[in-house]
Amino acid sequence: MPKTMTAMDEFAVKLAQTVINHRWLVILATLLFTFLVASGAQYLQFSNNYRDFFSEANPELRAFEDLQSTYTKNDNIFFAIVPPDGDVVSNETLSLVEELTERAWQIPYSIRVDSLSNFQHTEAEEDDLIVEDLVKGAENLSPDQLARIKNIALTEPLLRNQIISGDSRATAVNVVVQYPEKALTEVPEAVGFARTMRDEIQAKYPNHEIRMIGVSMLNNAFQEAAMADSTTMIPIMYLVLLVLMAVTVRTVSGTSVTLLMIGFASAIGMGVLGFSGTPMDPMVLTAPTIIMTLAIADSVHILITMRNSMKEGMTKNDALVEAVRVNFLAVMVTSLTTAIGFLALNFSDAPPFWHLGNVSAIGIVMAWILSVTFLPAMMSLLPVRAPKPASGGDQSAMAKLADFVVGNHKKLFYGIGALGVILVAGVPRIEFNDQWTEYFDESIEFRRDSDYATQFFGFYPIEFSVLANGEGGVSDPEFLEKLDAFSQFLREQPNVTHVYSLADIMKRLNKNLHADDESWYRLPDDRELSAQYLLLYELSLPYGLDLNDRVSIDKSATRVTATLTNTSTTETKAFLDASRNWIAENAPEYMKATVPTSAQVMFTYVAERNVNSMITGNVIAILAIAVVMMIALKSARLGILSIVPNGLPIVAAFGAWAFMVGTVGFSVAAVASVSLGIVVDDTVHFLSKFVRGIREKGYDTAGAIKYAFEMVGMALIVNTVVLVIGFSYLATSHFKINADLGLLTALAIMLALLFDFLFLPALMLLGADKLITGKTNKGALEDVQQPAQ
Amino acid sequence: MFSNRLNKFTKSVALAAMIGTGLSTAALGQTAEEKGFEIAARSDRSDTGFESSEVNAIMTLTNSAGRTSTRELYFKTLERENEDVGDKSLTVFETPRDVQGTALLSHAKILEADDQWLYLPALKRVKRISSANKSGPFVGSEFAFEDFTSTELNKYEYTYVGEDTFDGMTVDVVERTPRYENSGYVRQVSLIDQDVFQVRKIDFYDRKNSLLKTLTLSEYREYEGGVWRAHLLTMENHQTGKSTSIEYGDYAFKTGLADNDFVKGVLRRIR
Repeated sequence: MPKTMTAMDEFAVKLAQTVINHRWLVILATLLFTFLVASGAQYLQFSNNYRDFFSEANPELRAFEDLQSTYTKNDNIFFAIVPPDGDVVSNETLSLVEELTERAWQIPYSIRVDSLSNFQHTEAEEDDLIVEDLVKGAENLSPDQLARIKNIALTEPLLRNQIISGDSRATAVNVVVQYPEKALTEVPEAVGFARTMRDEIQAKYPNHEIRMIGVSMLNNAFQEAAMADSTTMIPIMYLVLLVLMAVTVRTVSGTSVTLLMIGFASAIGMGVLGFSGTPMDPMVLTAPTIIMTLAIADSVHILITMRNSMKEGMTKNDALVEAVRVNFLAVMVTSLTTAIGFLALNFSDAPPFWHLGNVSAIGIVMAWILSVTFLPAMMSLLPVRAPKPASGGDQSAMAKLADFVVGNHKKLFYGIGALGVILVAGVPRIEFNDQWTEYFDESIEFRRDSDYATQFFGFYPIEFSVLANGEGGVSDPEFLEKLDAFSQFLREQPNVTHVYSLADIMKRLNKNLHADDESWYRLPDDRELSAQYLLLYELSLPYGLDLNDRVSIDKSATRVTATLTNTSTTETKAFLDASRNWIAENAPEYMKATVPTSAQVMFTYVAERNVNSMITGNVIAILAIAVVMMIALKSARLGILSIVPNGLPIVAAFGAWAFMVGTVGFSVAAVASVSLGIVVDDTVHFLSKFVRGIREKGYDTAGAIKYAFEMVGMALIVNTVVLVIGFSYLATSHFKINADLGLLTALAIMLALLFDFLFLPALMLLGADKLITGKTNKGALEDVQQPAQ
Repeated sequence: MFSNRLNKFTKSVALAAMIGTGLSTAALGQTAEEKGFEIAARSDRSDTGFESSEVNAIMTLTNSAGRTSTRELYFKTLERENEDVGDKSLTVFETPRDVQGTALLSHAKILEADDQWLYLPALKRVKRISSANKSGPFVGSEFAFEDFTSTELNKYEYTYVGEDTFDGMTVDVVERTPRYENSGYVRQVSLIDQDVFQVRKIDFYDRKNSLLKTLTLSEYREYEGGVWRAHLLTMENHQTGKSTSIEYGDYAFKTGLADNDFVKGVLRRIR
């Protein structure tokens, strides 16, 4: 044991000795506690609502909820039907549509079904207004009747490109589903029912393609992706990391105990989640992975030191005490700073990030506590073969690396510094893209179906509740004209496939009530007339096909829906800006408050909202971590200096991503928080050994750097490899948000090691006098040494 | 599906036969269907014999956000003694102002779409509406036209379910199944009190047999000649969170209306 023991060292030694003396008690207590908390996991359920990605305070969500409470919710299931012969207006395909339409009313929670067959076609016959299903008895329609239906369908603005593709190659049955939102089983229930129905109809019409998209399917996909991840990705990842660990720590018992530790820490985190009643989304499911990587990092440090001490001839229990002593501070600081980073996720707008952050933070703190209690207790029980005493090849390699860094510190400072500057400069090139269909990989049916269906139909609706002047205002001729102009404007925008507007219904009714005279296909110019047309139309609509979802009950607003094809977030933003501009410039005063809203609008701004709030969170976290470092290292200057190697790799990782990939989803907001703690781990271990080199061994700056390399270089490399593999493995997630998150974090961790090994020492050597430690090199050492007495 | 319809058909034939022979009063060996029909018939007949009626009503629509909108209506009804044909009715819209004077003439039918004509004052024309809208919503409300106009006994098949209590009353629970092919409902469960035999509450089940709406009828008053009328009807849609209420003013009965007050031609002359 070294002569100079800090208070912290003394505490660590006492702790380790107590743990080893009462190992059975420690093990029993651990098991009991874990079992108690983990029992909360029985309450876990999978989330299946895209709204879970938005906080109650999110303004886009609130606008959308507002719209939906005025009209109806539109959590739809959209069946796209494509016949083999390239024309949907055939006896066979229309029979399929008729059957599907009829049966779709049976889908749980369905409140409305729209298709070619039940479209309420209106026609005049002298003074009769005939309102009837466009297709009835499809099997027996004559070629003439089919031609008539085709003509109507392709010229009707409400149908063309929404229910029938403009080239007549595809048709759709849209089912509006209104969930009571009382149980998480509702969405899978409706989707399961719809799929069975699809399969049965598919069996009857085997040569037709029937694909299912829509918001219900999206919601269901979140759950399916999470389930797929938890059954395939996570177990395989455990295996990979444990093999890797067994190879590096070279003890079977150590690996097994680590496995238990990981299991306990994750189970406790998820148990707390279960008790809190929060549903699991695909993002919180990455928490066990994150907890695992950090738990491994903790135990690797302790097990490697134990092995090395045994190599030097210590008994197992002495080696354990020494391992706890040497690593106690670093493991604690790492765990606390990592936990702080994760807790900073609570600053984001997206609740899944909060849950991810909180579960991870709990798990990380648990992993830390277990690594200094349960781990030594178990290791003292289990047999560990003492390794042959041998001169470590590790140490000499690290010594060479240290010599290289010290010798070339100027070149390294400018070289790595330049690389850093270039990467940081690349950050603004990053483009946000949150197209929800692309959140899922092709193994998820929803992704394949939406890729297929978007060949024919748009998929991203943008809703406008266009405001009229008070009650009944939708009948005002000026309003209708503006509404029509706005609808026309929307139709002319790029990527717009369809616009649903009351103006088109009014024109059709005007024509119908003038004996179907085409010259009357225009807006009525009299308020009373429009109001009475609407009344007539409302009286004529059958069950389930009413106007409630298009006109507010007091007729003071009407809902216009523009459907976009597969459109990037940037393009969507351009569209939204254009529509807002149109309203600002052309709309009368009462219409000015009309805003675009929808799930697509919410996702369009989700990245910005989260990134903006996360910047605040991360700045606070970095400052908090700097304070922790100041206290732990007992050096204000080193604490402040730590901000550079802690912050730079993360920013540089974004820059590298901008150059390599370019676009990123809103998961980018979480990257900083997730990687921050791990990046800090490198700095803490390196700096704490550097300080130990100066305080315990009396080295100068260069000597202490070399000492730090020899002491922790190998452990840091092992850790980085484990963590990079761990996070890169998230790339296999079926959920792109997780994949991006994993890859970006892996990148940040790699860069962190690069900066810590090559840049930080250079920075310390080069700027030792003025940059880091004050006036003179001597002063620097005094600052570092002074509190260590 | 087909066999189901066939079944319905045979049932309705049986029902028609039953009515014809006056079997409905048989006390012993009564089936649930017979008892259900008897209770419904007793309730329905307690309201008949009014010949004609006129009444004002205020309809209030509420959406799931709690916003409301009202419209005022005036109803004239001509009773038709024959239970196999529906009543005739005339509905005049008084507010909102832009639909004032719009009038709907309806000749209710039992198993087919009603005959309906609408007079549009702004167009100065009468239009006949031909549609399958029987259970479609009435002017954006949660009511279908048939939900608040007089119930026609033979539109449904009945099954007696049992006894229950509702609002302090002992009620008979009778399930009724619409016989109209395009109905939006698969069944309705009605509560009829045992004291004055009035319908107090009806639950409507949609095509997938989920509870869709609940109609509560209250503020019953007895008029001369033992005719009962509810003065507040509230329809709540459980799936969308919307609701509609209809408040009736005082009824006037036997107002001297005749068949020729319910023909297309009168629509133009309304006020």
